[in-house]
Amino acid sequence: MVLEVKQLTKRFGGLIAVSEVDLSVVEGEIVSLIGPNGAGKTTLFASIAGFLKPDGGDVQLNGQSILNLKPHKICQRGMVRTFQITQPFAALNTLENIMVGAYSRTGDKALAQREAERVADIVGMTSQLHQKADGLTVAARKRLELARALATKPKLLLLDEVMAGLNPTEIDEIVDVIKGIRDTGVTIFLIEHVMKAVVNLSDRTYVLNDGKLIAQGTPESVASNPTVIEAYLGHGAAAAMAGEGAA
Amino acid sequence: MSFNAKNTLLFGLALLAAALAPVGISSKFYLDVLTLIFFTAYIGQSWNILGGYAGQFSFGGVMFFGTGAYTSSILLVTFGIPPLIGIFVAVLMGAFLGFLVGYLSFRSGLRGSYFALITLAFAELLRVLANSVEFTGGGVGLFLTYAPGLKNLQFVSPTGFYYFSLFLLVISLAIALWLERSRFGAQLIAIRENEEAAEALGIDTLKCKLYAIMIMGGMGGAAGTFYAQKYLYIDPPISYSIALSVEMLLVSIVGGLGTVFGPLIGSVVLHVVNEVARHFIDTPGLSLIVYGVILIFIISYLPNGLVGLFRRSRGKKEDGGA
Repeated sequence: MVLEVKQLTKRFGGLIAVSEVDLSVVEGEIVSLIGPNGAGKTTLFASIAGFLKPDGGDVQLNGQSILNLKPHKICQRGMVRTFQITQPFAALNTLENIMVGAYSRTGDKALAQREAERVADIVGMTSQLHQKADGLTVAARKRLELARALATKPKLLLLDEVMAGLNPTEIDEIVDVIKGIRDTGVTIFLIEHVMKAVVNLSDRTYVLNDGKLIAQGTPESVASNPTVIEAYLGHGAAAAMAGEGAA
Repeated sequence: MSFNAKNTLLFGLALLAAALAPVGISSKFYLDVLTLIFFTAYIGQSWNILGGYAGQFSFGGVMFFGTGAYTSSILLVTFGIPPLIGIFVAVLMGAFLGFLVGYLSFRSGLRGSYFALITLAFAELLRVLANSVEFTGGGVGLFLTYAPGLKNLQFVSPTGFYYFSLFLLVISLAIALWLERSRFGAQLIAIRENEEAAEALGIDTLKCKLYAIMIMGGMGGAAGTFYAQKYLYIDPPISYSIALSVEMLLVSIVGGLGTVFGPLIGSVVLHVVNEVARHFIDTPGLSLIVYGVILIFIISYLPNGLVGLFRRSRGKKEDGGA
């Protein structure tokens, strides 16, 4: 078990954003987390990665609790997150951006540069190495976000909506990139809205609604789960769809 | 900024010229202006490391200067310890003060204007303290005896102080050059650009910011000793003057934030404007107005400072106006 989340709870005042969530990610898997807007997905991610302090529960990485560790320590232990809203180092170029990630494993500039170039090749950014980050397209920024995280040599990669804002071609490309990353031995846990990609990528899927896990299983089983359909489309939607199917 | 062979050569030549300058310049006045330019560039660079590279603006940078000045002066006046040793203690005290202020403010997550104001508060606090306690000489200040010699870091001719300031300047440039090529520098820039992302990518942002403010503090400490030995008198308003805090950030911004030569260029402009304005116009303080206008112009049109001007023209040459 790479990641094990137990009874994780996060409150903002009276609002329970994440409520007693249990989940686990096994080595080599691609696991996805889906749910309607405002379900608490990003909050759950932030609580797992040390950006928010949970109010209850535990998070274990490789069997050790990382509950009170700061994000940089968690990164050094092999778990890194990307941001839904990309956060490039705007004044730096692609290479320098990725090198910042690589520097988490080495203090040597030449080594960091080589590692950055290797990662850039994996995500398909070799031709944009010397372009400044604030001039990159949305798709390229998403790749950069991915590349920087990958350069920290994680065992587990948390991806927060890397496909949001991309067109279908770009989505197909990044799906291939993510599969490629998994094949190098990195375990992946991702938040995603694009169902086609979720089905295509994930071994297992968790569904979050109102801060609670409401379903889990293979992407196909989850997609046909009545509770999940109702969470997305409203009460009675599952019955209506079933009725339509029967008619 | 890449630092290729051509740049290294230029840098070497400039250094050689600076080293030989006293041979050609016999005027005490011009040597003194150069000394001041180097000194301001040095203390500007100390500010630039935390403000320009790490993006943590401070309004109270003078606190390290003042503390360094008092450290070596008290050691000399009260304990008879020569400034040649005192300057190292001043560096340590400056770094320690940096650690203290940094730890208190960064650990509680102070950023941006809050951090800037807290440094101002610390500088003011120290000024008031220096005014009211006895071992600093209180409001009367400290008079240092004139006893030229390397041991006292005092020199008969202005040439001595010229070389002293050049030495400080070269050290500050070396630190900035190292930042440009090291992991630590890249991490500081990452923090400036996006602290959250930097933290996510494994950077201990608190530690890096602490190191940066300690370097700034140490450099400021040495600057204090330099000043005290040159002018042989310090008091609280001089040692903790807001004007110097402003000067060090001005030269960095005018010259170019987070660049190796920004503070030096800013310092040249500041002092040249100052001297020229003083020469032609007999109104005290007018040079600052002129400088203010230049500052407004630079902030409006050259967000990267004067260094950005060179870069822009170079960039055009390289990739056809992109």
